[in-house]
Order: sequence, then structure tokens, then C-alpha cells
Amino acid sequence: MSNPLVDMQKPEVIFCIGTNMTECHPVAATGLKKAIARGAKLIVADPRRIGLAELSHLYLPLRVGSDTALLLGMAHVIAREGLIDEAFIENRTTGFDEFFEHISQWTPEWAETITGVPARDIETAAMWYGSANKGAIYYTLGITEHICGVENVQSLCNLALMTGNIGREGTGINPMRGQNNIQGAGDSGALPNNYPGFQAVTDPEHQAKFKTEYGREIDLEKGITKVTALELCGDSIHAMLIDGENTLLSDPDREHCEHALRALEHLVVIDIFLTETAELADVVLPAAAWGETDGVCTNTERRVQRMRAAVPPPGQAKPDWWIICQIAQRLGFEGFDFDTPKPVFNELCQVSPIYAGLDWERIDKSEYQWPVPHKEHPGTPRLHEESFVNGRGIFSNVHYRDPAETISDDFPVWLTTGRRLQSYHTRTQTGRAQGIDYLLPEESLEVNPADLETWELTDGEWCKMSSARGSINIKVKATNRSPRGTVFASFSFADVPVNLLTGSGYDPITHTAELKVCPVKLEPL
Amino acid sequence: MKHNMEIDGIEVTFSEGETILEVAQRHQKEIPTLCYDPRLEPFGGCRLCIVELEGARNPVASCTTQATDGMVVRTATDTIEAYRKTLLEMVVSENREVDVSPLRGYAAGELADLRDKYAVNSTRMAGAKSGTNKTEDDNPFILRDYELCISCYRCVRVCAEQEGDHAINVMNRGFHTQITTEFDGLLKDSACTFCGQCIQTCPTGALADKKALRAVDEVADAMPDKTRTICPYCGVGCSVDILTKNEKIIGIHPAMDGPANQGALCVKGQFAYDFVQHPDRLKTPLIRGEDGELHEATWEDALDKVAEGFRKVNAKHGRHSIYGIASGRAPSEAAYLMQKFIRVGFGSNYIDNCSRA
Repeated sequence: MSNPLVDMQKPEVIFCIGTNMTECHPVAATGLKKAIARGAKLIVADPRRIGLAELSHLYLPLRVGSDTALLLGMAHVIAREGLIDEAFIENRTTGFDEFFEHISQWTPEWAETITGVPARDIETAAMWYGSANKGAIYYTLGITEHICGVENVQSLCNLALMTGNIGREGTGINPMRGQNNIQGAGDSGALPNNYPGFQAVTDPEHQAKFKTEYGREIDLEKGITKVTALELCGDSIHAMLIDGENTLLSDPDREHCEHALRALEHLVVIDIFLTETAELADVVLPAAAWGETDGVCTNTERRVQRMRAAVPPPGQAKPDWWIICQIAQRLGFEGFDFDTPKPVFNELCQVSPIYAGLDWERIDKSEYQWPVPHKEHPGTPRLHEESFVNGRGIFSNVHYRDPAETISDDFPVWLTTGRRLQSYHTRTQTGRAQGIDYLLPEESLEVNPADLETWELTDGEWCKMSSARGSINIKVKATNRSPRGTVFASFSFADVPVNLLTGSGYDPITHTAELKVCPVKLEPL
Repeated sequence: MKHNMEIDGIEVTFSEGETILEVAQRHQKEIPTLCYDPRLEPFGGCRLCIVELEGARNPVASCTTQATDGMVVRTATDTIEAYRKTLLEMVVSENREVDVSPLRGYAAGELADLRDKYAVNSTRMAGAKSGTNKTEDDNPFILRDYELCISCYRCVRVCAEQEGDHAINVMNRGFHTQITTEFDGLLKDSACTFCGQCIQTCPTGALADKKALRAVDEVADAMPDKTRTICPYCGVGCSVDILTKNEKIIGIHPAMDGPANQGALCVKGQFAYDFVQHPDRLKTPLIRGEDGELHEATWEDALDKVAEGFRKVNAKHGRHSIYGIASGRAPSEAAYLMQKFIRVGFGSNYIDNCSRA
């Protein structure tokens, strides 16, 4: 997030797109509700009539995968109506003239033909956001889990840059991170393109630094992403070490994924449960869980916080850091003789400029949001206040692209996927928490009541849902949350493995899977 | 701009918009409250926070009265303390039970603490009582013991103001007052999201953490140990206190000073913690045997097998045949060491985390 969570109470206009915040980030959503209570206007763009849509002043029910078209249409209106921030564009950005030219063709009427959202509603949304002194954008995986995830994000940046809605209180471009330490995992350098602290592996300066730090030559080029690695399993990838990820259920195209992992000569999984993924491993190592281990995590607003052990791990389970060190030491690798997590974190701070001002003691009270470049620095709740890291904000002349697969006579229904409030990911945790079943005992497919007859389905009965990759059986639930022609299911339940069906394509740059769009066919059972 | 006022004979400064209670609390004055939760709008229901204000005919509720320049306030005169005692006597007399388990909720002991401080009992005011327990609500999380309710409306207000859910409200008035959902039904059938905020703000334990109460035998004076940490679910990073007893997690309290959540939690953070203690937890390393099955093993054998496997693959296929996937759920030390393992061990950038799925 460019802005801190406390800023969520402060915008005049809030634009939420592709974020089911009341279910996936419920505590963050309380901030938006407070902003609305104070008079802020909420615009929600989402294919499904989610809880946030019910709270909105303007709801834009766009077709799945048509976000870029909607955002181009909004940019067109903002420019046409002269709602741009000329001083900001002049002082802080580059490429506006070309962008202005580019968007003149993408009218709201054109956007309506792609998105299904009435042109006048696109105009209203653009007018509200463009006129606001403080306009803030919030998004989640509904923006990124597309083959055009990068273009979607760039389109949001275009809106913020042209209106100067960044670098100030109550503004910004704010992606909500979905896992407790997914931000920290990236910060720590677990990325094929970056060393810790997002230092590019292709930069000679960083290469030299880590050659010294780690005492050896490291490839000068980027590594491959997990998606590519899974594709190459058995081909050129023959061993994997997976820490705490149920790859098989959480990743798209389960059959492909299972085939890939089975093709490995050596698979080692570190986890707290024998997950579907761990069941395929050659060696499974039992990890200490949350509440059993000390460590650090970083939240969606870049706040670096301490996690603390409250109880001992069961049996012989051990903290992840200990396990990885033991493996490294057995292989004779240097630099893994740690006795506690504290010096590990301190080493991370030492090699990472964004954590340079931090150490284990300083983060005790959760006060710091990175970047914290030195010990006297107070942290950075709000990014881009004076300038952008890379100089000027760049306008991107994006084009709309269809999803990897679009509906056809064979697969005439849009399936989109996500999470639900009461379950988390593949339910390895929430599925084992007493009481959660009372609220959410099983998965169901959300279908618009008016579509039941067309597809010969019955509310509460089972149906067969198929995509180009496979079929699953799922119970039908009639609800107006789903629009006509689009259905929804979560990927949480192992007995309804929705990710058998998904996996039609990936964003070419980030390799993020298009989990939000999958044409399917529905048949009664 | 700073303003001045006098509290108990001492000149103090305050900022525009502060209430007398806020200013007094900042200056370590112990003013009793029951309907007050600093996260909510001032309510002025219980009247316990009354103070003497020079120039005002009657005592004023300090939680709803904004401080103004030149105010002269006395927080604990004999008269004020006598009023407070009488008010408390009335509250206590209405209540069937005051000594409740601290596991009922974060603020469950507030009424009992005040009763002890003011040494009141229920005898003088004994008589009618309000509230009926909602025993038919079989939800696994929120106990609805309304016989303990003192109608402070904190639950109703936290649900509306903090959560924005508006799932509960007040039915009837006087001795017939009852906190309820629409159509007086089950929480499951209402707009309730089971975030547990009502439990944590209730000052009497009328709304209580059923899950924590199930976890241990109810012992009123046994305060569990607390460990401050961060919720294990989404990326918001809510601060929580894990409640433990005899090396077992028995509940969660929201951290009222948590920078990301300021006391708020959702159903997962509040109630979905016990996966940690589930019998399915892996307790020993497992090695796949000749028979194709996973078998329990010692750390020594398992680590040897892990190292041997990587060594073999490295020798046979080269260093670019080995890949690491770090977790977005484990602490940063794990992710840092995973990338270090791959980069130091194999000199490649064949490392990623689970953010692409």
C-alpha cells in the first residue's frame, strides 16, 4: 500500500476495484466503513454484488476480466472533463501528452461495450474520483490475477497520476496483501528477480554486494518464477524445497501441478500439517506454527512487526529457520550457524536498504513502516510524498486485452474464484479450527437465480462444472450476489477442488495466474 | 492550539475537541466508567464518570462534555463519589452475577473491579432484574448471557461504529431492555460476522467467548498468560494477545493498541486459532520408504536424506535443477534463509514465494 491503514478513514472518494474487502480483509474494511459514515463516497467495481457493493454509492458491475477497459474509459472522462492535476503532471510525471492522445479513443461508450457497465455510470465514477481532493484506490487479486494484471495496475496508476491522488493523506494506490507475511517474503528476497530489499539481481552494484556478503558468485540473470519452475519439473527442475505452501490446492490447474511435483526426483516439504502437497514429498519436515515461534512479519502497509511464541511446538516440530539452517549446514553451506531468529533478522536488515534502520529490538513495538533507511529515520507511513523512487511517475498507454479464454458454446459461463470470510485459503488452518464449520460447513457455487432454469440447475442440488481442464461436482446456491452469466466459488475446500478447472493463462510479466476468469459449463447431476 | 483548564486544582492543557474524561485520563485521574470504550463515540449512559464542573448546577458526564478554556473540574469530591456509589449499587443490584471468568472477554471484569473499589453490594437496591439469557443460540463462539447485561449498549455501539455491521440493537426499555438481533433470532441469521468485538467490549461478561470458556474449566480468578503477537491470517497484520494456560492456547484478545487494528478483529483472527493444537499437526519428520509410504523418522535421518537428495540432484543435473519456494505465512527469517539457501548453496536465483497464486 502506498498509504497507511489509518488513511482508510480519510478519503473523500474511495474507489475499490477487485477487492472483496469485507470478507478478505475485514478489519481494513472497518476503516472504509468509518470513512463512509463521515461522508466519503464509495465506488465499487466488481463482477459480483459483494458486501462492499452493498455499502457503495455507485456500483459498477463489470464483466470479469474487463477492468482495463473500465479504467481506460474513466481516464478518458477525467481528461475530457479537465479534471486532471496539471501541476502534479508537470512536476511529478512523464509521458502525459502521449497518454492524453492515447485515451482520446477509449470513450465510456466503448468501455460499456466491453464491460457491460453503462457509460453514464463510468462517467459518474470518473467525475467523482477526478473531482475529489482526496481520492484513494484500493484493490486486491481481482486486479492482479489476470493475464493483464500488469496493465490493470498500470491503469490504476494512470488514474492516480493524472489526478495527483498519490503521496498525500487519504489518497494513494493501495493493494491489500492477502497473507500475513507475503509482503515480508518478498522483502526478504524470496524472489527470482530481487535480492533482499527489492535490490534487482541484474544490477551490477547489487551483484557485487551479494557476492561479498554471500561469499560466492551468483547468477547475473534473473531466476525463473515458480510458475515456470512447475512447468519445467521433470524436465530441467528435479528437486524442490517448499516451505509452508499447499501448492497443489492453491495453484491453478491442479492436475498439471500434481504431475509436475510427482516428476521431481527430490521433493522436500516443510509444513505444519500433512497437506495435499506434503503427501507427495520424499521428506516432510514438521514446522513450528504461528504461536510457537518467534519471528518478524510485514503487513500490507509495510509495517514490520514481531510475532512471538506463546506455546512450545508439538512433538519434535521445529521453527522453519532452524530447519533450513540444518539442511544448509548438512550440505556444507557457509553462513547458516544461527541459534535464534534474532541474528537472522538482523542480517536481513544489514543487507536490505529498506530495513537498514531496523533491528530486532527496534521493531518490538511495531512502530516502523519501511523504508527505514537509517537508525535515525522515523519510517515511511506514506510513500511518494515528495518524489517517486524512480524519478517521475510514468503514464502507461495500455490496451484492453480479452482474457486467455472467453466464453464459447462449449463453455458458456464465466467462473470467478476467491475467498470467503470464514475460511482461509485451502483450509489447512480454518478447517481445523473448532466452530468454523458452524458458519461455513461446505463450499457451494453461487449462481444467479434467473440462470438456474437456463442451465437446468436446482438451488441446493449438485451440479457438474467443467472447464477445458477438468470437471468437479459442486452444490448450487442461488444468490443475487452473482450476476447473470457468472458464477463464483472459493478454492478453500479440498473436496471441491476448484483449481482443477482454473489455469487458462498467466500474466506474461508477473506470471500471476488468471484465477479470476475461467469459462465453464454447468450441468445438473 | 493548546488550551488550559483546571482539574483537581492543577492547571492542565488540552487540545480542541478533547472531552473532560480524555483530558483527565491523560493526567492519570482514575474516573470510573462502564459504558465508555475509547474507540467509540461518547455515550453518557452509565453516568459513573460524572464530575463537578464549576458554574454548572449539576454534575456533568465527563465522557460527553468537551473541555473548554478556563473550566474548573473536580473529579473525586465526597459528593461525586457518593453519587457514583449509589449508581453502582443500582447497577450491581440488577446483576445476577458480578464475579465472572476473565476468559469471558477483554473487559469482562470491569464491573467487578468497580464493585470492589467502591465496596458496594446489591442488598440496598435489591428488586427487579432485567435481561433474559438467549440459551437457544447454539453458535460456537458468542455466549449470550443477558442476565448479566447492564444495558450500557457498548456491544450495540461497537457493532455499529467499529465494525459497521449493525447486527444487534436494543429492544424495549427499562427492566424489559434486551439486546437482540432483528426479529429476536440467532446471531447466525443476522448480519453478525462473529468478529467477537461485542464480547471484548462487554464490561460484565454478558456476552462471552464461548470457545475460551470451553477450553478450560471456568475459574474466576485465574488470569491466563498473555503473549503479544500478530494474527496469522490476512495481510492487515492485526495485533493480538494469545491467551495461554499450561502451555495451551485458550483464546485471543485483540490488542487495543495494535497499530493496524486498534482493537478490531475478524472471525478468523478472533476464533480460528486452535489449528495450532489440532491432532493432525506433524510431530516428527517423515521419510518416504521403499514401500512408497511416508514413515516417521528422526531429525538426523530426515536431514541426512534431505541433504543427500539435493546433493545427488545437484551432481546429476546441475545447480539449476534445484528450486526453492518460500512461504508467505512463515516469518521473514524463514523466507530470508530460503533465498540465502538457494543463492549461497547453488549460486542461482531459483527462488520464489507463494505470491503468484
